[in-house]
Amino acid sequence: MPTATASQTIGPYWHLMEDPSWADLTRFGAAGEKITLTGAVLDGDGKPCADACVEIWQPDPPASDSFPGFGRSNTDSAGVYRFTTVKPGPVPARGNAQQAPHIAICVLSRGLMRGLVTRAYFEGDRLNDTDPLLMSIEEPARRATLIARPAGSGTWRMDVRLQGEGETVFLDV
Amino acid sequence: MSDPLPFRPYAPGTQPPYDAPAYLGTVKRHPKQKLHPMPQTVTETTGPRFSPNRFPPLGDLTMAKGKPAIGERIIVAGTITDEDGRPVPNTMVEIWQANATGRYDHPADQHDAPLDPNFHGMGRVFTDDQGRYRFLTIRPGAYPWPNHKNAWRPNHIHFSYFGPAFATRLITQMYFPGDPLLAFDPIFHAVPDEHARNRLIAVFDLDITEADYALGYRFDVVLRGRAATPMED
Repeated sequence: MPTATASQTIGPYWHLMEDPSWADLTRFGAAGEKITLTGAVLDGDGKPCADACVEIWQPDPPASDSFPGFGRSNTDSAGVYRFTTVKPGPVPARGNAQQAPHIAICVLSRGLMRGLVTRAYFEGDRLNDTDPLLMSIEEPARRATLIARPAGSGTWRMDVRLQGEGETVFLDV
Repeated sequence: MSDPLPFRPYAPGTQPPYDAPAYLGTVKRHPKQKLHPMPQTVTETTGPRFSPNRFPPLGDLTMAKGKPAIGERIIVAGTITDEDGRPVPNTMVEIWQANATGRYDHPADQHDAPLDPNFHGMGRVFTDDQGRYRFLTIRPGAYPWPNHKNAWRPNHIHFSYFGPAFATRLITQMYFPGDPLLAFDPIFHAVPDEHARNRLIAVFDLDITEADYALGYRFDVVLRGRAATPMED
């Protein structure tokens, strides 16, 4: 049987397929606590990646006609992505465990031969301390790269550092 | 509730590394740390569903407002299956590409080649219940890029696939058979396994070709399949 087809970079011109409204996951009238998830994508020199495609997927609230669960945002000249979405609740983990509320993130860009997958958790959530993935990251400083922090009026901020100091934990899914 | 069946790991050598130094863009953008291993959860084994009602298909890129784009019309068609050979039905496929002169209709593309007012270069279709898809487009031109001396990208079409889950997301590029630039392209050559690499080259197909109208190319794609048995925690 053939193996999965090889990935190639999304390149700098992916905006041809962009629909900016996709960055708002509440555009079909989703119910729930509306939040903004934002942050900068930075390269190994700390410079903004201004041509990235950031995609998110969240299994909660369940996708429906009013909530797609999936979003796509460009990054601006400061490397900043920005989504409007609904704050997720906890979802099941393997076994009988529970996962803390989180949003899955995939960063695609020129210079990335494959997407880089990470997650945004929410600072202060009581389930973070027992989340199986967060617990599996031993170094607290590394673990902290997956925690979005409140930035006022329903906004949560998580920067993504592709390389070097403060490098974000990327997941082998 | 039983644990979700995970998707199997990628076969060794079939995917490009993040650190692919011949492609200069990777130098400052690849992570230095290893990817953190984790068992797939419901977050990875589920994914978005797109419907043609909400995201209208656009399968013919050769016309704009009834006027024909310049260039060689081609038909690109194929089947999307998983690693068990099962078709992936009703999944969205997005494409984008340069025009016949090798110029993207994109503000960041400053290559001195003419734009075509009748060619934008974006398409979107859904596979049928057999996993088949089909686009009508213009053969894209080659274009220079600032990677190494006299660097030119081979003719290519960008493809975006979703499949059933977040874990099956795939972005790739389709190339054309016989392109002399493939031998020099560090993005194509970043895929270590020669067979996996060559599967990115479409196959000329007389059955897809339409007489007196357009040449046909087949580009079949395989998305990750489910593991045979659940992974141990």
